[in-house]
Amino acid sequence: MVLDRPEVTEGAEGAAPKGRGPRRTGVRLGLMAVPLAFFGLFFAYPVAAIVTRGLKTDGRWRFGRIGEVLTDPATGHVLWFTTWQAAASTALTLLLALPGAYVMARFDFPGKGLLRAVVTVPFVLPTVVAGSAFLALLGRRGLLDELWGVRLDTSVWAILLAHVFFNYAVVVRTVGGLWAQLDPRQEEAARMLGAGRFAAWRRITLPALAPAVAAAALMVFLFTFTSFGAVQILGGPRYATLEVEIYRQTAEMLDLPTAAVLTLVQFAAVAALLLVHAWTVRRRESTLRLVDARRTARRPRGAAQWGLLAAVLASVAVLILLPLAVLVLRSFDGPDGYGLAFYRALASAGDDGVLGVAPLETIGNSLAYGLAATAIAVVVGGLAAAALTRREGRLVRGFDALLMLPLGTSAVTVGFGFLIALDEPPLDLRTSWILVPLAQALVGVPFVVRTMLPVLRAVDPRLREAAAVLGASPLRVWREVDLPMVGRALAVAAGFAFAVSLGEFGATVFIARPDNPTLPVAVARLLGRPGELNYGQAMALSTILMLVCAAALLVLERVRTDRTGEF
Amino acid sequence: MNTTLRRALGAAAVTALAVPALAACGGSDEAKETDGGKTVTLVSHESFVVSPDVLKEFTARTGYKVKTLKSGDAGRAVNQAILSKSHPQGDVFFGVDNTLLSRALDNGIFESYEAKGLDGVAKEFRADDAEHRVTPVDSGDICVNYDRAYFTDHKLAPPKTFDDLVKPEYKGLLVTENAATSSPGLAFQFATVAKYGDDGWQDYWKKLKDNGVEVVDGWEQAYNDRFSGSAAGRKAKGDRPLVVSYASSPPAEVQGMKQQPKSADEAPTGVATGTCFRQTEYAGLLKGAKNAKGGKALLDFLLSKRFQEDVPLSMYVKPVVKDAKLPELFTKFGATVDAPETLAPEKIAKNRDQWVKAWSSIVLK
Repeated sequence: MVLDRPEVTEGAEGAAPKGRGPRRTGVRLGLMAVPLAFFGLFFAYPVAAIVTRGLKTDGRWRFGRIGEVLTDPATGHVLWFTTWQAAASTALTLLLALPGAYVMARFDFPGKGLLRAVVTVPFVLPTVVAGSAFLALLGRRGLLDELWGVRLDTSVWAILLAHVFFNYAVVVRTVGGLWAQLDPRQEEAARMLGAGRFAAWRRITLPALAPAVAAAALMVFLFTFTSFGAVQILGGPRYATLEVEIYRQTAEMLDLPTAAVLTLVQFAAVAALLLVHAWTVRRRESTLRLVDARRTARRPRGAAQWGLLAAVLASVAVLILLPLAVLVLRSFDGPDGYGLAFYRALASAGDDGVLGVAPLETIGNSLAYGLAATAIAVVVGGLAAAALTRREGRLVRGFDALLMLPLGTSAVTVGFGFLIALDEPPLDLRTSWILVPLAQALVGVPFVVRTMLPVLRAVDPRLREAAAVLGASPLRVWREVDLPMVGRALAVAAGFAFAVSLGEFGATVFIARPDNPTLPVAVARLLGRPGELNYGQAMALSTILMLVCAAALLVLERVRTDRTGEF
Repeated sequence: MNTTLRRALGAAAVTALAVPALAACGGSDEAKETDGGKTVTLVSHESFVVSPDVLKEFTARTGYKVKTLKSGDAGRAVNQAILSKSHPQGDVFFGVDNTLLSRALDNGIFESYEAKGLDGVAKEFRADDAEHRVTPVDSGDICVNYDRAYFTDHKLAPPKTFDDLVKPEYKGLLVTENAATSSPGLAFQFATVAKYGDDGWQDYWKKLKDNGVEVVDGWEQAYNDRFSGSAAGRKAKGDRPLVVSYASSPPAEVQGMKQQPKSADEAPTGVATGTCFRQTEYAGLLKGAKNAKGGKALLDFLLSKRFQEDVPLSMYVKPVVKDAKLPELFTKFGATVDAPETLAPEKIAKNRDQWVKAWSSIVLK
């Protein structure tokens, strides 16, 4: 039976006195102006510039190139690999992370907050760092090679496992967050009425959970479909995703037409994914009756539950802690046995001047860039979320999805786009430091919006209406009603934006000034140089970055609220 | 327009304006840095190295200070210079070699300038003599290197030629670089094209593949990780005794040793002299350079004896100026390559991209 889903907010909007509609729309458009200007200038324009440069020669469009590139067997090969590895990575991630989500949602055990933080560390870790951690684990002379002679770096398994490592948190946070808020009494009632354990789960919990699982799966698919750093490091010359191929065609072959067509293909695929995602998000938000997560979790009971908890902890230990531990271990494994040699080396620029600066300085660079990026992301993302709070109109929904687009667009395209588009006065930013925070904010904004939006939408509209009736202006309503309620979410959003800014690599690598590299860029450059000292320094820097991210996430665990979005 | 809307729009406009304004503040001190006219900015790849004393001498001679911007490997640096050609990052670009020269010239990133001292450069290194858009600076050969200890231990003669590399006794021994992503990898592929011609090189690579050639992404990985003959590779338990590297790699290897061997025959690595391709690196004045005068002075300096004689020990390549002397390390341990493979620049320009594509589909798929 298919029925139209009633939308509460639409009803509320309909009941509002006539004449207020256009005014509200006006305010919303006003709020929208900043995010629109931001995305227009720093996303759409650079991307359009680089695509145009590829498809237009001597003032004429060459759309024929699209057909040529699309029918090239090499393109088909890349597309096929990109798709199937993303599908396989997604399936594997769901398989391994769903039990984790259940355990986090339903069980109460000491160290749960720490565990949540630990599984999230990989998600904000730069892919180059994670790639090198996996190399140290699975590669030639890696831990497994030394112990049992097992090498996975030449197989696709290394890529798949790295993708699970990155995206475990997406599933745990998205699905687990919702699962924790589902009222277990509904399932219990079904069991009382005679349903078997599985039947009760299938008929009660699964339907409620399905949209969240779908949303998580789509996000994982999106992230792995556009995977760059991990494939670049672990894939060797043989495996390439669309994103890696765009990078190769642009940076190495200078085949801009091919790169432009591949960018468009990725764009289309990502846009389609995001529209589906927006749809699942909407369903999840509008149809469930949720309870306080703290009331649903309890200590595990019986051998089966303890066993499940143990299994999940073991899989987290192998999949997530082990690669991180290998990274830390290598950072101490100096030329004269274990010690701080690599950390000490970070303080000086070194003889061959790989970086031109002492590696330690890159930490300062990264923190400064990250803070600026966070400020931009919070302002832009906060305004966008405020404008999107009311779920009306197709336009709003479309925009909602649009805001996620930078997450799925080739960072390489954005980076190069910045270089060639933002080079004319009044926007000649090529040599300006602001370029890096701007690019980083592009990936930070979606996180801010996704974190803020559910919280803003959960604010009872009647509170706002009451304030308005009492004469408060929209700005004042926002300040007095919304802001106090979303303060914590804002802190979480800022924290996430900061963490992803710290880790951003794909675009930063092109636009960071050579003498002012960020930490992930420094790690990549050190990894590309010969010698034990450079490798060890890369590991040491990665360890420091990991600790900064972990600390930030632990703080977030303290302030997070139960309805803070999906990350 | 009602007040609230106006207020909201006002706030939005202020924020929208604040971002570029902020950026402008950041940009202004950068402008001061380069406007002085006393700084020359050299754009190059990550392998560019020069002794600090040599740069100091340039400053003493001309009054210009040199600022170096290094990023990426040779190919990426060239591509970045092309992509940012309307507003170049600096005044002089160094590091485009003959395999990529046509790309740089076709994209018009260089201004003509005949550097002083060009007469002293041997004919074979010169290119674009009609317009002088580029100045040759150094030259080196890409050749297969071998791990001497491995071949002595296995009582096997090291390979000398391309034909040797596909023989069964050398099966599974060679590691090379991806021609699409690495400059020595590309040069090695070009060497086979020069050797076997348009019709034969693909067959050669099929045989090489059947003989177990391993392809990695870059030189660092090949030489320092997989090659069993280099100091770094030994430490990393490298498993391939043959690697595509430079003719100058053996001297570089010797330089790092605590106790130097007596002669080239005792050096840890050697060169298969029948597998070489000659690479020449060029520099040029970037079109739209802010300090064109300083850039010209720098190009002159790159051909000076002082700079040319610094090149071997800092970048492990050979000078192009005839009267520049080679250090003892090179005369003693360097290989002499009498007949390297070469390809006409026009032929490279016409075929490079399709060759690389064909190579990828044979070797990587």
